[in-house]
Amino acid sequence: MTKDKINTIDIQEIRNDFPILSQKVYNKPLVYLDNAATTQKPSVVIDRLRSYYERENSNIHRGVHFLSDQATAAHEAARKMIAGFIHAASPAEIVFTRGTTESVNLVAGSFGKKFIGKGDEVLVTQMEHHSNIVPWQMMCEERGAVLRVVPLHPGGELDTDAFENMLNEKTRLVALAHVSNVLGTINPVKALVAKAHDAGAKVLIDGAQAVAHLRVDVADLDCDFYCFSGHKVYSPMGIGVLYGKEEILEQLPPWQGGGEMIKQVSFEKTTYNELPFKFEAGTPNVAGVLGLEAGLNYLQSKGLDEIVEYEDALLTYAAEKLQTIKGIRFFGEAKNKTAVISFLPEGIHPFDVGTIVDKYGVAIRTGHMCAQPLTTFYGVPGFVRLSLAMYNTKDEIDKFTGALAAAIEMLS
Amino acid sequence: MTIQEKEKELIAVFETFDDWLDKYNYIIEMGKDLNRIDPKYKTKQNLISGCQSNVWLHAEYRDGKIYFSADSDAVITKGIIHLLTDVLSGHTPDEILSANLDFIDKIGLKEHLSPTRSNGLVSMIKQIKLYALAFKTKYEQKQQDQ
Repeated sequence: MTKDKINTIDIQEIRNDFPILSQKVYNKPLVYLDNAATTQKPSVVIDRLRSYYERENSNIHRGVHFLSDQATAAHEAARKMIAGFIHAASPAEIVFTRGTTESVNLVAGSFGKKFIGKGDEVLVTQMEHHSNIVPWQMMCEERGAVLRVVPLHPGGELDTDAFENMLNEKTRLVALAHVSNVLGTINPVKALVAKAHDAGAKVLIDGAQAVAHLRVDVADLDCDFYCFSGHKVYSPMGIGVLYGKEEILEQLPPWQGGGEMIKQVSFEKTTYNELPFKFEAGTPNVAGVLGLEAGLNYLQSKGLDEIVEYEDALLTYAAEKLQTIKGIRFFGEAKNKTAVISFLPEGIHPFDVGTIVDKYGVAIRTGHMCAQPLTTFYGVPGFVRLSLAMYNTKDEIDKFTGALAAAIEMLS
Repeated sequence: MTIQEKEKELIAVFETFDDWLDKYNYIIEMGKDLNRIDPKYKTKQNLISGCQSNVWLHAEYRDGKIYFSADSDAVITKGIIHLLTDVLSGHTPDEILSANLDFIDKIGLKEHLSPTRSNGLVSMIKQIKLYALAFKTKYEQKQQDQ
């Protein structure tokens, strides 16, 4: 077998950067193929958290002392780096949240309050994660608005004709995934944003599954909001990003109240801080922000284009291997897809598959994957999903398909 | 046989297995063998939804004892259900309520009863105990009324 490489970097070298990957489970080498749930963290990220707490920890934006100055500078430098990473026009457009879910909730809460009224419409798609459905559902219910669902083609691609037809003068906002967490479909986001804008609607993109696998350029996409989580891109849990166009964020009311987000407080009237601080109530997750910066730097240092190329080749390899196993039904056969394969062996429940392959040291995801409307769409109890990251190898795919074949044999 | 004796017997069976493969093969066979619940009881009311797999549980009270029948869409869950209902069926509400079911741990299936597995089994055991409590209350009420 030829060596797995990204550009000229041996994958084994990359694997050595991730301490957890050398671990054994049930006395077998860990084969971690649940990266769409969360990615593992390289040492540089873990070390960054440690060094922050060992040498820099202090509360930011409010101290007059040395440490607070340092931490504030590091925090804001990270914001600048992250703005650059997704091509935002300014760091003021980067709001830190706990993750994609909180980013969506922030927009649903704040944008909803300001711009959505009775009879207005919000569009989501059939392939959305619950995090990009439920916040809109709650907001629509509260404001008497209507949530409409764009259908899919059976192969797992969005029905773009239906999308266009559903846009109308009542559409206030479109919320859709950049990449589907179940199907791996890469939606033609740029074209959809343009269509939505023509209809006068704003667009929020859930980029949770995209950031580790695609080059994200919010200026090029021209989306109004873009959300992602650190933990799905080699960075810590509990830190996420909401990108919003400055002129829109300016118009939105604060979402949560507290420290940090204010300019002046009195019992008569409180005035709010400027962007992005207006949306960051309370002490921020400084270590998380610095960890996210370290994770994104790590990703860039390996070369995003090269990673994409490597993961695509690995995805093709995995799909070919899986096709040699009889009786497997695949979900998500979009021409443009990334990093994820969902499937079901005929007549076998996904939970049973997951339980058996786990015993072989293989970590995959089974179940509805927080996308129950998709299980309904396909009429199945759930899926089995393998999802890739830059550190996965062909050898791991072989171990997985071996374990899968054994599981099917046992369960048939 | 008492619940405890049945548990002991199961522990002895599982001690004969060399590895997890034998153990799961056994559970899977039990799952395939399980006499499915009478379709008329496979109702929404009897459904215990898990994130990973679903369980249907029906309970009947006859002559002071409770009899359970159950089903699941996943065969491993079904196998474990088989073990649980075998151990608990045909016993009085008091016996069922005081059963601590630590055999699950002893035969190495504890992970399946972790809430994170979300396969419906934890809720199923809760439901079994609730049935026992409900039948006990109803039965005692009847005796008081007589």
